Amino acid sequence: MLEKEILFTRLVPVWLVTRRELQDQIRDWRVIMPLIILTALFPVLMNAFAREAVGFLNRFSANLIVDRLVPFSVLIIGFFPITVSLVVALESFVGEKERGTIEPLLSSPLENWQLYMAKLLAGIVTPLAASFLAILFYLTMVSRQGLKIPPAHILLVLVVVTAAHAILMVSAAIVISVQSTSVKAANLLASFIVIPVAILMQGETVLMFWGNEEMLWLAAAAVLILAALLIRVGLAHFQREYLIGREVDSINIRSIGRDFWRDFRGNARSVAGWYRGVMLPALRRVGSPLAMTVAIAAVGAWMGYLWSVRNLREAIASANPEALADISDRALRIPELVNLTEGISAPALFLHNSEVVLGILVAGLLSFSVLGVLVCFLNVGLLGGVFGVIEMLGLPAWPIFAAGVVPHGILEVPALMLASAAVLRIGVVLVTPQSGQSIGGVLIALLADWTKIVVGLVLPLLAVSAAIEAYITPGLLLAALQR
Amino acid sequence: MIETRDLGKRFDELWAVQALNINVQEGQVLALLGQNGAGKTTTVRMLTGLLTPSRGWAKVAGLDVVRRADAVRGAAGVLTEQHGLYLRMSGEEYLEFFGSIYGLTPSRRKDRARQLLEHFELLPAASRRIGEYSKGMRQKLALARALIHEPAVLLLDEPTSAMDPESARLVRDEISRLRSSKRAIVMCTHNLVEAELLADRIVILFQGRVLIEGTVAELKAKVLGPPEFEVRFSRPWDSVSLSLPPGSTIIAASDMQVRLRVERPEQTNTEIARALLAVAAPLIAIQEAPRTLEQVYLKVMALAREGNLVH
Repeated sequence: MLEKEILFTRLVPVWLVTRRELQDQIRDWRVIMPLIILTALFPVLMNAFAREAVGFLNRFSANLIVDRLVPFSVLIIGFFPITVSLVVALESFVGEKERGTIEPLLSSPLENWQLYMAKLLAGIVTPLAASFLAILFYLTMVSRQGLKIPPAHILLVLVVVTAAHAILMVSAAIVISVQSTSVKAANLLASFIVIPVAILMQGETVLMFWGNEEMLWLAAAAVLILAALLIRVGLAHFQREYLIGREVDSINIRSIGRDFWRDFRGNARSVAGWYRGVMLPALRRVGSPLAMTVAIAAVGAWMGYLWSVRNLREAIASANPEALADISDRALRIPELVNLTEGISAPALFLHNSEVVLGILVAGLLSFSVLGVLVCFLNVGLLGGVFGVIEMLGLPAWPIFAAGVVPHGILEVPALMLASAAVLRIGVVLVTPQSGQSIGGVLIALLADWTKIVVGLVLPLLAVSAAIEAYITPGLLLAALQR
Repeated sequence: MIETRDLGKRFDELWAVQALNINVQEGQVLALLGQNGAGKTTTVRMLTGLLTPSRGWAKVAGLDVVRRADAVRGAAGVLTEQHGLYLRMSGEEYLEFFGSIYGLTPSRRKDRARQLLEHFELLPAASRRIGEYSKGMRQKLALARALIHEPAVLLLDEPTSAMDPESARLVRDEISRLRSSKRAIVMCTHNLVEAELLADRIVILFQGRVLIEGTVAELKAKVLGPPEFEVRFSRPWDSVSLSLPPGSTIIAASDMQVRLRVERPEQTNTEIARALLAVAAPLIAIQEAPRTLEQVYLKVMALAREGNLVH
């Protein structure tokens, strides 16, 4: 009870700041007018379009598209007011900084999280309210025209998806607002929010026309997880000093390069010294993420195996017997493997695997490690799936696996896991408060650690595994299959 | 109430403040003087926990500004360099908003807002939007905001800038009242007359370093030398024959007046008066020659620029 009271007391200042911000927005015609116009006008336009489209499609009896048209319009109508009112969130911190009103607020006893959450809430309420009002307005018009209103469960998922979009976009806008030094810069960076969400919406529209409601729920959940991570990153790197101290945006490439090189090289004077004094500590730092990656990989392998056993069995059962016979025949045409080594190039394998490692980094950086780890999960899952397929074909799975995967996989898979663990660490550290360090400084140190592990361990392991895969594995696999 | 030791702040390669040691007790006003960029605002921001010191430490109201930053901000009233008002709010709404942020009860913050608005002669404009206020009114409202929670410590950055003389006087009186009510006050200002009137101690900063510090009298003595006194006569009189006690010297003389520099006036001035009476000088007045803080400041700055003054 007491804890609840304390929590409530601590939430009061959040509401006070949010309420003030909302009052300010209502009093600002530059915010309110476009919102009112968009909220009222856009549904009318969309309704006119839908009416015409329905008439047109009915001529061709395209009932499915007609059914999906209204939900599609709801999704679009919900999205537009969010993009317009994003300006409120974009200028939440940097706008106050430009107007000089941020310092009294920062000098007050508000805690960082209270200030951040208040701004976040104020940024979310307006777009969501506008968005929901527009949807309601549109649905009212639709019902008056006798068009079919989507069923409640579809409407619910659309409302949740719209809310998820708003939370994601506002969370990103607040991070931008904290990190920018001018409203102009923040507005320019808004494209990095609107365009990806617009692309995401295209994907969601496909899901909707496809009629896969379950996937739409999953998409909403993924968007909300990403939004939660963004909020966490924003909170972790929210520093009053940063808001007060920085006046000008400047990217000093030379300084970034110098910091990175200093972190990467450490105090090492020889390669052995570098491995001992620089790489090894970096490796120790990825200890926990590595343990987590191994666990994820194990789950991935098991799930891949289960998936292939469950789904492929059905697929095989319902497949055309002639096609199946052809596949089995091709799989058992062992002599073809004799020439296999000629078709495999070690450098090409190394290059491909290195590209995967780089892909893990890029995917990880764009998604706070989630997609990076997912690549590892899928790769290892594929191995589990292949194991299941070999088993179903009635071949000796363990010997084939031991001969065809283990010789190079014993190096390649740990290399992949190490690279994924280093990327996972980047995400984990980014969402963890780092006192006294800027987000840029933290990122440089993390990228330096990733490079140490990749250059010092992952690439050498991949090079050796590529050589084994090209020159040793085919022979072993052939021997196993001939037995 | 406010104490710093070896306090410093570095931005990249630049030390904005270095080795600052101050101690402000309750009922004292400390004025931070210096050019723009000398480190005054950075000091105030460190004292409110907005900037983390690069070295040294600071305590405000007994609280460490790094470890207890939120509590420090609750204990201090801050008047920022830019008034930073929300122009779409009314004056009353604005004060009540900050009152609520500082945890005042609804009735208390309402009373306190009215009280301050009345005190700063803003009551007639209480319900008007701040955007319609004049510069001086905005500055007064910003000061009222700093006082809304009756803080034990006040950090005032340019408290009377942009104010008309009457308003400035009102604010100066308020600062004097706050000092009397045992507040510890740090004030950054370019207004040297104001600093001389209000401050118990003065710190002059130059490029982040303390050039000199002390009471106004101490600074005058240190920078301008011993005090000077003017002796005026009713008719032309030859002061050259005057035999002065040790520790006093004539630095300028004319028929009707003489200017003396006196090392220890509290001891020597009586003897000087006796000596004048002994020779039947046609004396009208002995008065201290006015020396202002501005003279001290300008001299100190000139010496600093020449590199001849490092504290």
